Formats: sequence, C-alpha cells, structure tokens
Amino acid sequence: MLPQASRVIAVERETRDTFTFTVAAPGGGSGFAPGQFSMLSVFGVGEAPISISGDPGEPDRLVYTVRSVGPVTQALVTRRPGEWIGVRGPFGASWPLAALRGKDILIVAGGIGLAPLRPAVYYVLRRRGDYGRLVLLYGARSPQDMLYRKQLSAWSYLPDTQILTTVDYGGLSWRGHVGVVTTLFRYARFDAQRTAALVCGPEVMMRFVLRELETRGMALSDVYVSMERNMKCAVGFCGHCQLGPHFVCKDGPVFPAARVKRLMERYEL
Amino acid sequence: MKIPDVLETLRHLPFVKNFEPDQIEKLAVLAHEGRFERDQIIFREGDASSFFYLIVSGKVALEVTALGRTLRVQTLGDGEALGWSSLLVSEGKHFQARALTAVRALVFDGARLREACEQDPAFGYRLMRAVFEVLAQRLQAMRIQLLDLYSPASARA
Repeated sequence: MLPQASRVIAVERETRDTFTFTVAAPGGGSGFAPGQFSMLSVFGVGEAPISISGDPGEPDRLVYTVRSVGPVTQALVTRRPGEWIGVRGPFGASWPLAALRGKDILIVAGGIGLAPLRPAVYYVLRRRGDYGRLVLLYGARSPQDMLYRKQLSAWSYLPDTQILTTVDYGGLSWRGHVGVVTTLFRYARFDAQRTAALVCGPEVMMRFVLRELETRGMALSDVYVSMERNMKCAVGFCGHCQLGPHFVCKDGPVFPAARVKRLMERYEL
Repeated sequence: MKIPDVLETLRHLPFVKNFEPDQIEKLAVLAHEGRFERDQIIFREGDASSFFYLIVSGKVALEVTALGRTLRVQTLGDGEALGWSSLLVSEGKHFQARALTAVRALVFDGARLREACEQDPAFGYRLMRAVFEVLAQRLQAMRIQLLDLYSPASARA
C-alpha cells in the first residue's frame, strides 16, 4: 500500500501533451501482466492511476504513457531522468491472454487507450506461434495525437499482422484514413468466430465498438474492455471507482464485456 | 469500359447488395468508368458537378476549407459511394473530394439517375434506400466524430 521510490530512467515525448517515461521497477521488479496499472505519485503533489504501457517481458523497468490533464499528471510528465517518483502496484485484472491462445486477437484502441493495450501486443508478439492473426485498429483525434507512430508502422510489416489507424480529422499532409475508429472495421480482416477482441478507449467509443463487434458476429463472451474510473486506493477499500457491483481497481480495469456492457449504457453510473 | 464489364464490376460492390438483377443492369447502363490520378481533385466544394460515384478501387479524401486551412474530414475507399448530393437537385457539392491514391470509379450522372428513379419507382426506391443506408452510416460516424471522444476534458488527474 505504500509507494516505493523509483528512479526515472527515460522520458520520451509522444504528442504535445503526452509523454512516455520509463522508471526502474521497485526492488528490481516482480513483473506485471498486460492491462494492469500502477498508482504513480509525485511527492507533495498527489497520486494518479496510470496504465503500464511497456513490455511485460522486461519486468525490471516499468513504462507509463501519461497525458498531462491535471496537477498530478502535469507534475509526472515534467519529471526528468534521475528524478524520483512514487510507485504502488501493479494492480488490477489483466487481459486474459493466456486463456486466448489459439485465437486471432483483435485490438481496438482509441486515444490514450492504446497505452494499456500495448503490453498485450508485446505479449502476443513474444509468443507469436500461440496466436493467429493480430489486428490492431487505432483511432486518434489527429495525426499529431497518435501514440507510438513509429512502432505502429514497424508492426504493420510483421506477418499475419494488420495495423489500421485513423484520425478524426487530418491536414493535407495526412494521407491515411480519416473517420472514427468504427469505420476501420470494413477494412479489418478477421474471422469473428475465432477472434477475441480487446478494447480500450473513451467509454462512448467502446460502446460503439461493442455494437460494431456484435454486428459483425462476435459474441460478447469473446470481448474484453478496460474501464476507467476515479481510482484512489487501488485495492477495493475506498469505493471511489465503484461501477455498479464492481470496483474497477480490484475487479478490473479489464472486464469481460458481457459483465459491464449494461453498466456502460446506464446514465451517470 | 463496355456495359458487360460495368455490370460485372457493379455486381461486386456492396452498394447494390439489395438490388434485383434487372435493377443492377439498369444501373450499369447509366454508368461509365472514371479514373483519377493521385492528388487529382474529383470535385470542389460548391461545384455544380452532378456526378455520383461508386469507388471501385483507391482512396478518396473529403476535404473542407475553414479558417484558412484545409482539413480532411473523411476518407472513402473501395466500394464506397461518393457525391450523393447529386441525387438531390442540389446547388453544389458540400465538400471537396481528392484522390489520395489512383482511383477507379463508376460514374453516374445525377440527373439521369433521378430521371430513372422517376420512371421506375421500384428502382428508385432501391437506389434511394441504398443511398439512405450510406447516409445513415455517415451521419452516425459524424455524430461520434462530433463527440470529440479523445479530448482531455474528461480526464482530470
């Protein structure tokens, strides 16, 4: 429950307000599972839940992609290599990738929702023979707001891998797709009967994605979503992140879509 | 491109999935092939161009100029419809369309399409229903786009 001091190793700018920084895992690292999050703190400022966006195959370092939207995240993104932050965790339920062996994996991400899904991509790529096709659909606000652009480009050349990106609007230099992430489905090549989908992004986006997946013949039992709520204690005591009968920090953030779909559609929950 | 070739191409486009065979033939007679080079402007905002297009291959961007800059607001690809406003008696195109890649399309004159719809209401119903489906999908996508989903407003930590 107590934060452990961790040294910042590297900071990389992703977009105008989003940074990826790497810290040394406390105590050398006990590993994490794709989809889990940590509570990161800047001493004297506060604490915020941040998804782990790095490679689970490198447990000695923890990577976080943080968008500066408030006092804590603003303080986090201004840390420099050699400075210290507090780390609690990792916490929460992960993408159930071990149980999905043998399936094609469809990843649908919007905005910074790609961050908690990147460890799932690393995981699948490290065990490529255990899975079928890997399809990643990613939507961002504009080309300047896209995360991990070089990496996405590199992955698109891998066999049995399809990476499709889109933006809500683009300038004349953008020659890629323009439209919401659901418009990418018509170009995605996957067999709904043997695919599992992992989805993360703004909740409204996820609702439309679930609808699209069902239209394309996918059973909700094969779909997982990562939910976001105001997490404080991260261990299911404080109730800040309650979502109906669930605590997102402890029971989630990754849920089977069938378990939370109705809750996602309920006003002010 | 001869009519049998147009017919064969048309049959593979999702736009006509609910058409009867004779209705597809009627549509084929009204089509000719159009080819556009990369970066070629297919039509400009405000153009009186009355053509309706079904993209056979390639990618087209819809652009709008606002506040002194041009924004791409949507891209269309294989099998998608372009220039639906030509099916209305319209004062002009609402967006600029630019070929992002080499584009091959079936091109229809809007006035002739409207005339065919008037003469054969069953054909007209089928065509307008197909256009309506396209519009419903675009409207839905545009509504989601307007939500500005990825704005940082909801995240405050």
